Amino acid sequence: MRHKGLNKVDLIFEKVDLREVLTKAFRMSSEEIIQEILESGLKGRGGAGFPTGLKWKYTAAEKDPDKYVVCNADEGEPGTFKDREILDKVAGKMYGGMAIAGHAIGAKKGIVYLRGEYRFLLPQLMRELESFHAMIAEIGYDFHINYALGSGAYICGEESALFESIEGFRGEPRNKPPYPTTSGVYGKPTSINNVETLVTVLMIIREGAGVYNQLGTKDSRGSKVFSVSGDTPTPGIFELELGMTVQEFVNEFGDGDTKAVQVGGASGFCVPRKRFTDTIIGFEGVPTGGSMKLFNSSRSMYNVLRNYLDFFAEESCGQCTPCRVGCQQLLKGVEKVKKGEVQSSYLNELVKLAETMKIASKCGLGQSVGNAFRTIVENFKEEIIY
Amino acid sequence: MINLTINDQKIRVPAGTTVLEAAKKLNINIPTLCNHSDLCVAGNCRVCLVELTGARTLIAACAMPVSEGMDIHTNTLKVRNARKHVVELLLSEHRSDCTKCYKNQKCELQALANEFAFGDTIFLDLVEDHPYTIDRSSPSFIKDDSKCIRCQRCVRTCAELQYISAIAVANKGAHQKISSFHDRPMSHVICTNCGQCVNRCPTGALVEKTYIDHVWDAIYDPDKHVVVQTAPAVRVALGEDLGYDPGERVTGKMVTALKQLGFDSVLDTDFSADLTIMEEGTELLFRLKKALVDGDTSIKFPMFTSCSPGWIKFIEHKYPEFLPNLSTCKSPQQMFGALAKTFYAQKKKLDPAKMVSVSIMPCTAKKFEADRPEMRASGFKDIDYVLTTRELAIMIKQAGIDFRNLEPGHYDSIMGESTGAGVIFGATGGVMEAALRTAYEIVTGREVPFQNLNIVPVRGMEGVKEASIKIEGCTSEWKFLEGVELKVAIAHGLTNANEIMRLVRQGKAPYHFVEIMACPGGCIGGGGQPIPTSMEIRKNRMKAIYSEDEHMVLRKSHENPDVIAIYSEFLGKPNSHKSHELLHTHYVERESY
Repeated sequence: MRHKGLNKVDLIFEKVDLREVLTKAFRMSSEEIIQEILESGLKGRGGAGFPTGLKWKYTAAEKDPDKYVVCNADEGEPGTFKDREILDKVAGKMYGGMAIAGHAIGAKKGIVYLRGEYRFLLPQLMRELESFHAMIAEIGYDFHINYALGSGAYICGEESALFESIEGFRGEPRNKPPYPTTSGVYGKPTSINNVETLVTVLMIIREGAGVYNQLGTKDSRGSKVFSVSGDTPTPGIFELELGMTVQEFVNEFGDGDTKAVQVGGASGFCVPRKRFTDTIIGFEGVPTGGSMKLFNSSRSMYNVLRNYLDFFAEESCGQCTPCRVGCQQLLKGVEKVKKGEVQSSYLNELVKLAETMKIASKCGLGQSVGNAFRTIVENFKEEIIY
Repeated sequence: MINLTINDQKIRVPAGTTVLEAAKKLNINIPTLCNHSDLCVAGNCRVCLVELTGARTLIAACAMPVSEGMDIHTNTLKVRNARKHVVELLLSEHRSDCTKCYKNQKCELQALANEFAFGDTIFLDLVEDHPYTIDRSSPSFIKDDSKCIRCQRCVRTCAELQYISAIAVANKGAHQKISSFHDRPMSHVICTNCGQCVNRCPTGALVEKTYIDHVWDAIYDPDKHVVVQTAPAVRVALGEDLGYDPGERVTGKMVTALKQLGFDSVLDTDFSADLTIMEEGTELLFRLKKALVDGDTSIKFPMFTSCSPGWIKFIEHKYPEFLPNLSTCKSPQQMFGALAKTFYAQKKKLDPAKMVSVSIMPCTAKKFEADRPEMRASGFKDIDYVLTTRELAIMIKQAGIDFRNLEPGHYDSIMGESTGAGVIFGATGGVMEAALRTAYEIVTGREVPFQNLNIVPVRGMEGVKEASIKIEGCTSEWKFLEGVELKVAIAHGLTNANEIMRLVRQGKAPYHFVEIMACPGGCIGGGGQPIPTSMEIRKNRMKAIYSEDEHMVLRKSHENPDVIAIYSEFLGKPNSHKSHELLHTHYVERESY
């Protein structure tokens, strides 16, 4: 497969004439917008990568006239902080993306679910929202956005737990089906999209799908904002065209001693040095919601893994057995292996458990714990045992 | 209709059916744990995982609606390994002291472990990693967090069936637990002690607080005269714990068993149920007279029944402004208790100080009721120990009694006689029916105008039932009731009770008399009844109750000869001064958390 190397892009943070883009969008029909987004190849930027156009198509097809656009601003994946920057710098574009989504699916109401830790941004976000509401009123379009605040639970970034939280209930994922497109917040058809996805939508409408899908690869169209952290001389936020290898990424951001990159945060994958050149960052390789954490040879991968497992054991909602108990077993298990209190072959049992969690857990949280676990244990077994 | 295949067998089911239900129709058993037919789907425990062709993950059969063309496999290696892991994980957070556990051999987790996870355990024990509480503060039940597997059946029961949520999920992840408001002990929260959670807990995390050993001690104490009473609903359910199918009447065998256990007097709560009707029916007529004739505006309607201690605690917590609407009558258990150590002691020449009064109840809230400070009218604790139906079954087994082959026995005399009206107290609508049979006859001198005395409109499993009966042809004393349409309502399960209370609070409840039972189906579905419970089981018990009624010679409370005798010899007349001393009570306002 041809890969594209590392190219910096400036779409997300580029200043645009919001009124102009929205006027254009509102002149398009719902079908035209959905078609444009489908053609752009955009997949959700929160991490799961569901095709945005498809999500809108399903929601648009629902008969209930009472629908919602929900913006998932509960950025909680360890190592990702790009939505904070987007909210800080270009919140208007996010609101614009929500209005476009509303136009596409037939929703008049939007809700931004903001991470509790980002409360400090709320005053400026509200000011911008006020002028946004004024602007679309001038255009003559009816769409209203409200805010709901999280309280610090990682699980509330899971879409159905997020709905529960908005509704005032305990943030626990729901059984699916029904999916949000049929029954989301308040039981109404809902399109829930990540902050970055919504901003990207606005840019696709401005630039046209044909321009946007020139960027990236067949499975990973466009560009993406990355949160770069760990052992790097240049931590921060970078918008890059999709399709580069981990090696190309490390060449740009590494400190010359990178032994592993954790792609996609605690729920993502650990890529060891030997796989840098043949691993593409994207849906054909390792997908990411933006979190890119570099580790150099001074880091203990046992500590990295232990830290992730500790995080999951705390942040599981506790509802389903594989996740609630499985996370605790993985954590306690690797600790016992490290201390030599159980045989190192016990790691094999734990890998099997992680595989069960992947297929048996109720939601994406429990299903993804196994990603980091398997890739760290497989590639850094010695560091776990000794 | 939806077509799908399960284990290569084709089936057609209505849309909305779950995979679990569809499999059941094909007689394919899928193990479950958090699932319960009375409760909403949770999909938490993940024991019912099955494989759906084309799906990325396994799916929970209980939570997955069928869809066209689905191809399901319930017994693949992938499924079996996942289920084994799930059961192993549950065991690792469960304090498995099975041989010492009250639920040994009645535990659903234990049954699953037998099926999936025998032999060496894979995972590390997590129980001691978390501080846990064994809450013994309630007189009715014990909540042991170390046995809890977080299936949330109790939480759903408390919220959906009872509208209380005394227990709810607290914390997340490894620290998730089922807890009360601010972790308060169960004796200090809104819990009504109804025991519906106990009925549905799959493990030993929620069990009744047992007083079996106290009762054995009393029975074997030569100085003590131990009186036992049996509630109406016990006789139609006890059999389930002793090898019978639901709905088998075992009244006579139960009486014989109680005598063999060594109780000195085996008496019947049905007697005091009849007495309750005399007191409560009269109270209703007096209230109507005061309101309609004397114009006393302090009399509030509807009047509520007061036999269900779970309901009493519910209204004390949630609707205390309506306590004056409650009948002041004690429950049949407590009327019996007050009379056992007074009237019965006198008649049998017993020293009440040396009497021990035991009741067998379908109920856990009765344990709380017996402990209420108001319940010492005899000068002693009126009821010393309350045992549930389940505990009685345990005692019968402990004593090595061959229950199935027992000859039916008869209750002892003077507080053992009863009527069909007393029996039907055990089912929702029964108190209402019994009261109407008597009150109508008091007022008109004629039987209620229903065929064979069966007041069908107040029967059945509907959550809230309404009925009205026009009073015609009154005797001269009750002329003021001529032409009055007596409006009644019946609710069972506290969620339904709450519906009525909401209407009452809004002034939209036009009833004169309302019967409320805390438990689904009334006492037949009580928190002390055999486990498991389901609508089908409760319907069978209900059928048995009405069949018991049909088989009685006397079917109206006022015709009970023991009741007639106690009024002539001891109490005078219903609502007399003496009655008020012994048979009536008062209520207290409680906090609503």
